[in-house]
Formats: sequence, C-alpha cells, structure tokens
Amino acid sequence: MINYIIQRILAAIPVMGFVALFVFLMLRLTPGDPAAIIAGDTATPEQLERIRDALGLNDPLHVQFITWIGNLLQGDFGTSVISGKPVIELIEARMEPTISLALTTITLSVLIAVPLGVIAAWKHGTLIDRFVMLLSVLGFSIPVFVIGYLMISFFAMQLGWFPVQGFRPIGDGLGEFLHRIALPTFTLTLLYIALIARITRTSMLEILGDDYIRTARAKGLPEARVLTRHALRNCSVPIITVIGIGFALIISGVVVTESVFNLPGLGRLTVDAVLARDYPVIQAVILLASLIYVVVNLLIDIAYVLLDPRIRYS
Amino acid sequence: MSDLLLNIENLRIALDGDPDKQVVKGLNLSIRPGQTTCLVGESGSGKSLTALATMGLLPKVLQPIDGSIKIKGEELLTASQGRLRTLRATAMSMIFQEPMTALNPVARVGQQIEEVLEFHSDMSQGQRKKRALEMMEAVHLPDVEKMYRSFPHQLSGGQRQRIMIAMALIMRPQLLIADEPTTALDVTTQAQILSLIRELREDQGTAVLFITHDMGVVSEIADDVTVLKLGEVMETQPVEQLLRHPKTDYTRDLLRAVPSHVPRPPSPAASDEVVLETRNLNKVYGGAGLIRKGREVRAAQDVSLTLTHGRTLGIVGESGSGKSTVARCIMRLIDPTSGQIMVGDEDIAQMKQKELKERRKKFQIVFQDPMRSLNPRREIGESIIEGPLNFGVPHKQAMERARELLELVGLPGSAVDRFPHQFSGGQRQRIAIARALAMDPDILVADEAVSALDVSVQAQVLELLAELQKKFGLGILFITHDLGVAAQICDEVMVMQKGQVVEYGPAGEVLGNPQQDYTKALIAAAPGRHWDFANFRPFSEAPGAQAAHSS
Repeated sequence: MINYIIQRILAAIPVMGFVALFVFLMLRLTPGDPAAIIAGDTATPEQLERIRDALGLNDPLHVQFITWIGNLLQGDFGTSVISGKPVIELIEARMEPTISLALTTITLSVLIAVPLGVIAAWKHGTLIDRFVMLLSVLGFSIPVFVIGYLMISFFAMQLGWFPVQGFRPIGDGLGEFLHRIALPTFTLTLLYIALIARITRTSMLEILGDDYIRTARAKGLPEARVLTRHALRNCSVPIITVIGIGFALIISGVVVTESVFNLPGLGRLTVDAVLARDYPVIQAVILLASLIYVVVNLLIDIAYVLLDPRIRYS
Repeated sequence: MSDLLLNIENLRIALDGDPDKQVVKGLNLSIRPGQTTCLVGESGSGKSLTALATMGLLPKVLQPIDGSIKIKGEELLTASQGRLRTLRATAMSMIFQEPMTALNPVARVGQQIEEVLEFHSDMSQGQRKKRALEMMEAVHLPDVEKMYRSFPHQLSGGQRQRIMIAMALIMRPQLLIADEPTTALDVTTQAQILSLIRELREDQGTAVLFITHDMGVVSEIADDVTVLKLGEVMETQPVEQLLRHPKTDYTRDLLRAVPSHVPRPPSPAASDEVVLETRNLNKVYGGAGLIRKGREVRAAQDVSLTLTHGRTLGIVGESGSGKSTVARCIMRLIDPTSGQIMVGDEDIAQMKQKELKERRKKFQIVFQDPMRSLNPRREIGESIIEGPLNFGVPHKQAMERARELLELVGLPGSAVDRFPHQFSGGQRQRIAIARALAMDPDILVADEAVSALDVSVQAQVLELLAELQKKFGLGILFITHDLGVAAQICDEVMVMQKGQVVEYGPAGEVLGNPQQDYTKALIAAAPGRHWDFANFRPFSEAPGAQAAHSS
C-alpha cells in the first residue's frame, strides 16, 4: 500500500511537468504582450524593451521555461503583473473561501443525496423514487445563477434570514461563518445532490439485484442493515469517485456562485486574472487546479483499495 | 400432522398476482424433521420459487395467491416481515447455487457468519467469534483463524459454499433449503459438499429441502423425491422407488435423458484425414513484468492432440484444468506461448490475425451460455450470416442459407427475424450451432456447449451434434466437465488437470478402464454413477453385471 502511494506520487510528477509545459506554451503562444500591458498605453519602445528584459521575455523559450520551472520549485510563482503582489499571496488569500464552500457543499450534498439515492433505489418505481428523479433533473437543469438569485431574493431579501452576500472566515466564529456561507452552499448543493443521488440510486439498483443481497435477507437481517452494510458498501466506489471529482470541481473555481454571492474565492481570482491578462496568476491558478485534480484522483484510488478488497495495486 | 416440519399445501404463485399467469400451480410438499426431500425439475418448473416463497424472499412481481406454507405449524405466507426475519436463520435457512456471488465481496467471511448471531442471539462479541470459528471447523474449513479474516474472492468455490453452509446452520435451524448448491462446483468438490450436507444433517438433525436438476445428485442424497414440471407436481416417491418405478412418463423421460457414464461405442472412422493436430501446445500466463518477474501460471503444458474427420475428441477436466485454454488457443482467441496448431497442413499457432482471417472459416466455436453469446439486439438471422457476409457472400444468398441452417438444427426457417430472447435456452444453443455451421467449418469446438441446458434439452442438443457430424463429417472438439456427457458423445477423451494431460485415449478405455489416479477420482466423484437411470436399475443389477464382476 505504501509502495503504491509512493509510486502514484512519483507518477504524478511527469503529469504535472506536462501540465506546466502546456500552460507555459499556451500563454506564450497566445497573442498579447504582457510587457505592453504593464507599461501602459504611453510607454516608449525603450521602456517596453526594459520591461521585457526584466521579465525575461527576450530570452529563448526554453530558457524562459527553465527559469520559470526553477522558480516554481523554489515556491516562487512570480509576481502579479497587475497588483505587483507575489502570486502565492494572492492565491493564499483566496483559498479559504473556496475551500470552505467546497467542504460545506460536499458535506451537505452527501448527507442528503446518499440517503435519497438509497431510498429511491430501495423504493424503486414508487412516488419517492420519482420525486428523487425529478429533483435531480431540476438540479441539473436550472442554472446555478438562477438558483442563486432566487435564494437571495427569497431567503435574504424577503425573509431576511441570511445576508445577501459576503464571506467571513471561520476564525471569526463558527456561527457567523455558517450564516454567511449558507446561501452559496444551498445554491451549489442542489446540483451536487442531483449528481450524487443519481449515481447512488443507479449503483444501488444494480447491487440490490445481486445474489449476496438475497443472502443477507435470507440471513434474517433487518432491511436497514441489508441496505447499508451490504448494498451501500458495495456501491461506495462510484459514489466516492463522483464526490471526489465534485470536490475538485468546486475548488478549481465556481465562478458563477462566487460572483453571485460576492465570495472572494479562487474562481473570481481566475476570471479577474484572465480579463487583465495577468499571466503569472493565470499560470499559477491552472497549475494549482491540475495539482488538485491529481491529488484528488490519488485519494480516490487509495479509497478504492480501502473500500474494495478485490482491488489490489502492486 | 404435527410431526411435519414443513408443510406446503396447494401453493399457487402467480406473475403480478394474476391467476392466469400461474408459475406454481397447487403444489403440495411436506418434510418431516431430519428428512431430505429433493425437489427435482427442469428450468421453469418452479422449484426455486417454491423455496423462495418458503423463505419469504420472492421477487415483488411474483406473489403467492393461494395455499399455505407452514413451518412447525406456523403459517408463513401471512406472517409479518419481522416474524419472517426472526424465523430465517433460526427455523429455516437457505444456501444458493452460486457461491461465487452469494457472499458479499467487500466483507470478511468471518464477519458475514457472525452477523447472523448479531441479530439472532444475545451473545457477546467474543462468544460470537468463538461460535463462528466452531462452525467453520464443523464445515471442515482449514486454518479457520486465517480464513475468518479472508474475503470471499480469496477462497475457492467449495470453500465459499462451506462458508454459506456455516452461515446457514449456525443457529441450528431445523430446515435447510439448498437451491442447487453443488451445480456450480467441480465434481470432486460437489462430492465433498454433498457428504458435508449429509454429515451435518446427521449431527444436527436438520431436514433438507434439496433443489436440483441432477438425478445423479438425487440418487446420492434424497430420502424422498418430488418431481415438478411447469409448476405442477408430477409425483412424490421415496428415492429408490422413484428411480426404479417412476409413475409418470415425464419422470421416465427425465431419467432416460440422464447421460450414462458407460461410454458409447466409437463412431466408425469415416477417413483417417487429420483435421486438427496440436503439438506441444503451451500457454503460460504472467511471467512478464517491468521490474520484477511476475508469477507464471502454466495454463496448458505440452498438449498434443489429434482430431480426425468425423470424430469427436472430448477434453474433460475440472475448473482450472486448462481445457478451455486449449480450446481458446486452437481458436486463436488467445495466443499460445509455444507449440504448433496444425489445421490441415498449416500451422496457425503463430499466424498473424490478418493471415488467420481466411482460415477462420475452417474452425468455429460454440460457447457455453447461448444467452450471452448471441447479440441480444440483433435478429438471429443477422447473427448467423455475419460470418459469411465478412467473406463476401451476398446478403440474400447468406440469408437463404441461414434459413436452411435453422431448419437443419430443428427450428423454423422463418425464425430468422426473431431476437435471441424469444427463444428457450436449448433453441438458442441450436442457433449458436447454426451460426457456427454457416461458415462450413471442418472443425467445431464446443466449449461446455450443453452445460447450461436442462438434461432433456441437453440430450437433444447432443443428438443434433451427432447428426450434424455424420452429415458434414465435422471433427468436434468437445470441452466438458461432465463425464456422463463425454461418455455419450466422445470417441476419444483427454483428461486434463492443472494444465497437464493426465490421460488420453479412446473414450471406452479412458472412462471405462482408467489408468491414472486422477481419472479414477473424477469418475468416483461423479454422482449417481452406480445407477443406470435409463434402465431404472442400479448397474449392479444389469444383466451380465455379475458376469462382468466375476471375470
């Protein structure tokens, strides 16, 4: 197991290398000169040249790449072209809202969606099942911003239960934190409930027809035990996969939700950076997103081994 | 009638509760304590449904609409779910056909046994574990402490069935329902499980409702036998009485269809033309590996065989013997590691797939499960002509031939536009045979081609194969685990074990007078080998048996 994890981490290095190369080339090959953006409209050609030199843009591509990678490895992600702050600081400042939103959303979704999916499969074909399916169709098809504005209009403006927007770090008190993050969480949760409930229902339906479920019933076990210990455990692999990927998706940026609720998260950092052609920030954010995917996938694979003894990696 | 343990009266089970769609039609059955009753029937006879109804485990679409099932006088059909749960495991329990799938793959087997105690006793955790280990020893599992922590996939089929039995009997129920518990097992394992069930019945006084389609098994284990056909009881008799004096034609036909273990005389060699020959065929799995050499599995070792025009060579063996590996190598569905496969005068062992394509016409295969080997979304005519179309035969002409072939295998030619699910298992296997014949092969490989079929259907398909062989001079390579079937169809027999050829020769010699211990053990394990079912008597009473013994 330890060997497997080490192997997987080693295998992630070339993946990250390719991503880095891809990000680097993509940004160099798109039209637009960062130096011109920094220098502004009134810059003289000499000034531009000086800035290019300072940024290393006059070096050959491979030298630029190696310098960039070397800096990355030392934890230097460069400096924002726009704000002049180190990129790493910008990202750090935006991490907390995004990670908070991801954790609350995934936790709430799992707590609601897994039981819903299990019950829908168990009561297959009944009203409960149809209700869950309807809910998941709605969750998939209503755009997030519509849900977001509806939530704000109803819960924040009419009822006044929640603030309209903004974020408070958890350090300011759990109550205040939850109060602020509740509406964005509810907004995103609907989509994730749809996703997870559907996967749970489908896998449960398949598993409930398996022979060992009949065996469990023949043993005289209560239905709750049959459903959880015997059926749900056997569906855990697809469910964990969806949860993991869902989590990674939120972390790498839920632009719309962050914008609607004015959360200072990574998604908005990315959009702002793209609009301003803030190359160092864009590069760092893309790298971070791919790193998150690699790590989440690794965690998912480790979870497989723990959940299903038949899966063994060497 | 208080001495009856299980009493089923006038049980009727219907699809969607509709009295016009009855699948079990007024079944009566009773079992006294400690008695073994066999419920015999072919697929669709309702034998499993009767068992599931007793356990209260019928699928929702099937409901009992009439009758009564009483255990120790207590009515089960009207019992609450809670009461049924209590009775399961304590008064009655059940084991199933597929030990491979009947256990939860992600839970340790020890815990799965213990779970029964958790809900049906107030033992402490320590006591439960102790009891589970005792029970595992009682079913003769080795190294129980280690096995307790194992997962199902780490155990063999026989071991898993022992776990199932331990689980079923741990609360000492008075009734064990066994639904084809040995059908999926090898003969030697089957013999062990049958003797285990007999032993536990003696020790614990458990009555057994044993469901099977196999008359051989019946002759080994039953006290009483009830024969079912399409949901109706044909007859109920003590076993010896039933085997000697069946009352109904149906039972007589069923007994006659049991393949005898006495080899048939070899068919006269039409010619000496060798259609298929393998020389030192080897298939090794694993062994590769980038860093470390993996474990090698020698699935087939130095297999040399010869198949002549119009003859049948049987390869018999248990699971893991390598018999299917040989078949797949010959078909080049997998690539042999070394050795030669001569089809006619060409070696196809290492031939590239492109070159092979032309030659594939010559050898065709029929698989075990006709439900899964025919594309369910395709009309059977399209499936049959797919091969000829690939070789450039015009669609119309190929379809014409498909109709002829269907009639040849005993189906109406007009059936070409039907789908596989519209046929029975036996009919589907006929279609699969027609598909193979569409290529006009010299060699037909039949990989357990009759194993999934009911005995009466099995007998018909074997007959069909023999007929087609005569007509087309096919060389048939017949892979089977069933010695009775092998005795009925093979001219030569090769016995394989763990990838090696144990014995190879004329069927009469190998099956009638085996030289190797393994072959002898296989034959000894075959259930019902003492009975001459077709003649309603034990072999020992056959005319000339005394003489044969004294000589």
